[in-house]
Amino acid sequence: MAISEKDIAYIAELSELELTSEEAVQYAGSLNSIIDYMAQLQELDTSGVEPTTHVLQLQNVFREDVVKPGLSREEALRNAPNRTKTSFKVPKIL
Amino acid sequence: MARYETVIGLEFHAELKTKSKLFCPCPTEFGGEPNTHVCPVCLGLPGVLPVLNKHAVELAVKAGLALNCDIQRVSKFDRKNYFYPDLPKAYQVTQFALPICRDGYVNISGKQIRINRIHLEEDAGKLIHSGESILDSGFSMPDYNRAAVPLIEIVTEPDIRSAQEARELAERLKSLLEYAGVSDVRMEQGSLRCDVNISLRPEGQTEFGIRAEIKNLNSFRAIERAIEYEEKRQAAILDEGGRVIQETRTWDDGKGITLSMRSKENAHDYRYFPEPDLVPTVIDDIWMNEIRQSLPEMPEARKHRLMTECGLSEYDTNRIVETPMLAFFFDEVIEAGADAKLTANWILGDISRLLTGNEDKLPIKASDLAVLIEQVKSGAINHSSGKLVLEEMFMHGGCPLEIIKTRGFAQISDASALQEAVLKVVEANPEPVADYKAGKKKAMGFLLGQIMKATGGQANPQMVREMLEKALDA
Amino acid sequence: MLTRLTVAETIKGLQEKQFSSLELTNAYLERIEALDKDINAYITVTAEKARKQAAASDKRRIEGNALSAFDGVPVGIKDIICTKGVRTTAASKMLENFVPPYSATCWNKLENAGCVLLGKLNMDEFAMGSSTENSAFFTTKNPFDLACVPGGSSGGSAAAVAADMAPFSLGTDTGGSVRQPASFCGTVGLKPTYGRVSRFGVIPYASSLDQVGIFAKSIEDCALILSYISGKDEMDSTSVPVEVPDYSVLLDNGVKGMKIGLPKEYFGEGIAKAISDMIKAQAQKLAEAGAEIVEVSLPHTGYALPAYYIMATAEASANLARYDGVRYGLRVERDNLADMFKATRSQGFGAEVKRRIMLGTYALSSGYYEAYYNKTLQVRTLVKKDFDDCFAAGIDCLLTPTAPTTAFRLDEKSNDPLAMYMSDICTVTVNMAGLPALVVPCGELGGLPVGAQLIGAPFAEEKLFRSGRVLENERLIPQFRNREGR
Repeated sequence: MAISEKDIAYIAELSELELTSEEAVQYAGSLNSIIDYMAQLQELDTSGVEPTTHVLQLQNVFREDVVKPGLSREEALRNAPNRTKTSFKVPKIL
Repeated sequence: MARYETVIGLEFHAELKTKSKLFCPCPTEFGGEPNTHVCPVCLGLPGVLPVLNKHAVELAVKAGLALNCDIQRVSKFDRKNYFYPDLPKAYQVTQFALPICRDGYVNISGKQIRINRIHLEEDAGKLIHSGESILDSGFSMPDYNRAAVPLIEIVTEPDIRSAQEARELAERLKSLLEYAGVSDVRMEQGSLRCDVNISLRPEGQTEFGIRAEIKNLNSFRAIERAIEYEEKRQAAILDEGGRVIQETRTWDDGKGITLSMRSKENAHDYRYFPEPDLVPTVIDDIWMNEIRQSLPEMPEARKHRLMTECGLSEYDTNRIVETPMLAFFFDEVIEAGADAKLTANWILGDISRLLTGNEDKLPIKASDLAVLIEQVKSGAINHSSGKLVLEEMFMHGGCPLEIIKTRGFAQISDASALQEAVLKVVEANPEPVADYKAGKKKAMGFLLGQIMKATGGQANPQMVREMLEKALDA
Repeated sequence: MLTRLTVAETIKGLQEKQFSSLELTNAYLERIEALDKDINAYITVTAEKARKQAAASDKRRIEGNALSAFDGVPVGIKDIICTKGVRTTAASKMLENFVPPYSATCWNKLENAGCVLLGKLNMDEFAMGSSTENSAFFTTKNPFDLACVPGGSSGGSAAAVAADMAPFSLGTDTGGSVRQPASFCGTVGLKPTYGRVSRFGVIPYASSLDQVGIFAKSIEDCALILSYISGKDEMDSTSVPVEVPDYSVLLDNGVKGMKIGLPKEYFGEGIAKAISDMIKAQAQKLAEAGAEIVEVSLPHTGYALPAYYIMATAEASANLARYDGVRYGLRVERDNLADMFKATRSQGFGAEVKRRIMLGTYALSSGYYEAYYNKTLQVRTLVKKDFDDCFAAGIDCLLTPTAPTTAFRLDEKSNDPLAMYMSDICTVTVNMAGLPALVVPCGELGGLPVGAQLIGAPFAEEKLFRSGRVLENERLIPQFRNREGR
């Protein structure tokens, strides 16, 4: 299952990354060699094996429905790279 | 012109009535200046982790019970990945593979609409746009106060065939969620939202047509109108031999039309995978029973009780149960000692009239209405004064006894005082008296009116009538 | 020299008032000043804060109000662990100026115990790497040979302890990021059981694999520190409510009667023979101390590395999506949102981070989930079962190499991602199964340290310490300080 440059463009789009055509070629190369290596997994018959999403045996970890103070607005906005007085700010969406 | 059958499935999002957010202790209350109900967790700062609100799980289960679902013993959360500035982590924590409820149904007139699933998830924040809308805004301002507020998403099967059925289902669902106490279900505030999936197919065809999804429906009326519009739009395309585009459309309520949102196609590759920061939720029989027992009385049981225990007619019962707020109020008033039938009369009569145009909130206390009903019943004030007292309570608040006193509504039932007034009127109106005695019984009404006028409308009408008849027959 | 002391010796010195925390802190700061221009372990040195904390600690001690035995002990923290009010970068341009308004629970616990923060340590960007060459700022050098890498991703944490620039440090381990640099730099390194130490405030690489770990100069120190930072945390749903023993009192219980397994898959192809031999010699020492040594098999080991890289990068692709230039971190301004997102992420992330985001995105994307992501979760089940079977059969610990080689040269593998990934071949299985593992220095090859890896059952850290202690008693900890007159 080789990754084409078209696949790279699609994955980059999903990841919100922009690649120069040179980078796209490089990534296609390195990702393909990695994917080739990963292909050995397909040799292993895993039919009927349950997937393990988590090694822990934990279940039902909850918090009670209690309100606690969070950040002040100034603290919340302090790390914002661009902001108004009261909010974060992003450029034109459409 | 071909004839088409409309196929509709609805998706509802209801905000759960918790005090704190789904994964952090920030408040869920409405209002609040932008970005003041936030913490590192709901802002998605690096390294923070979610911890699930137990009450949100219980409310989701209650919703499932109210909609006749199978509550799942094991449910898990997944990440739904997409970028948008109102989504702080760039993934939404939701339940994809193992939702908390499955396979329910809701009955509407003569029909059962199947519920596919209910899942628990976090809400996104809100974008405040610099211009009128997103289309003409130079910039936008994310406000994360609503980010991670708990939601349930309810997905129906495509069992709905008309705008009217869709509206009825929406109204029914709102009422059920309200009875279950899981959500405020206010469409105008956005605590209940509805998306419509709609397609058309030639009558008799079994496979579904291509559907459009309509968003931004803020009222029951909008749901109905949007569907009617979309039926026409899609029929016109099909009539010309065209193909409906599978897309998301937004409803413009002012113009009464739906518009394409032209979203990026790959935005739909959400790459769901299990959320590693949370552990499974397991609902055992003990917990399940606790939740079941805490579920408030649902409409069918309530109707049965109102008819058998309270002796209300089926018509009155249906009218009361139709509106959960009135039904809860009815219970409170009779709990406060008022007669059930009189209470129903007041609620369906004057109170419903006074609520017109402002159906959200009852401005009076149940205990006050109980007092008022008792005052009228005992004869301390007459019925027309009672109406005036109620209006006063609606407009300015205050307790009924206070209003009766300050407005001087107390009914005169003192026999000697009434006797005096009766005799005065008889004396002052010889002509009508003569008419009456001559057999013109209508004169009685005039004389009664004069006595009521003389007593400022506060005379006990029953006693006056008896005394007047006596005086005239003497 | 104060900076040569272990944590246990430092605590004793402070308690007996042989020196103050300020004197100690100054000694470390001076050493950092002298050596770190060559080694480059620290991204941020918090000298002023450290002196303030040290002075406050001395005052508490004089007044008899010491917060804990650790009061006044300095520490260095990997720059992926959030420290309230102190810049935390994850060695990424993306977070170059990020100052968290909260602390990670593990640092919180140390700060509440009175520890003094010396600074934040270099690493591979977002913990993605095995050499610390992927730091967006600079490369950390191996103190034993400045032409070699310190390992990674927690290379700065390892180098700082090895070069006496911190008595101990915290790192994180997702696939070997504590153990491999510990082996390369000749320190003790511990990756606790998944869930033992809270992950709250630790910037995630792969959430189901990440665990905070410890670099120290002795096993006793490691045990002391683990007791402080472990335990159930209300802020981390995946932290486990298992009682935290006082590990330090159990250290010298020995290995008599313990069964130690040598998994054959870890001694074959791809592992330098000299390293295999050295590890086997350690087995001999454990046998002499009364342990029974048995050869065992973990048959799915060979599939672990490819599965690990898919699993880890898939989780990472979601974990790193939040860096979008909106709420914090780098933003590259553009006149519309889509371009701003792309420009910010493309310029904010380094090449390897972007590669892993794309690999993970690919593995989760429509049509590939079953073949890749779900497959890796099944492999994880098999890898875990291999270990479970071993422990069920009465094995107490497994003894293996930590890395296939000693520290490699700078730039040797930086242009070959797959070769770099291979250096994690002995360590990733432990993360996939959520197990604890301890790296103990066991000698040198060509002047570079070699560490032996001990792997235990969940929450069996105590057995690792006991076994490690037997090896450590052989005085095999490499002595960087005696070289070149440093």
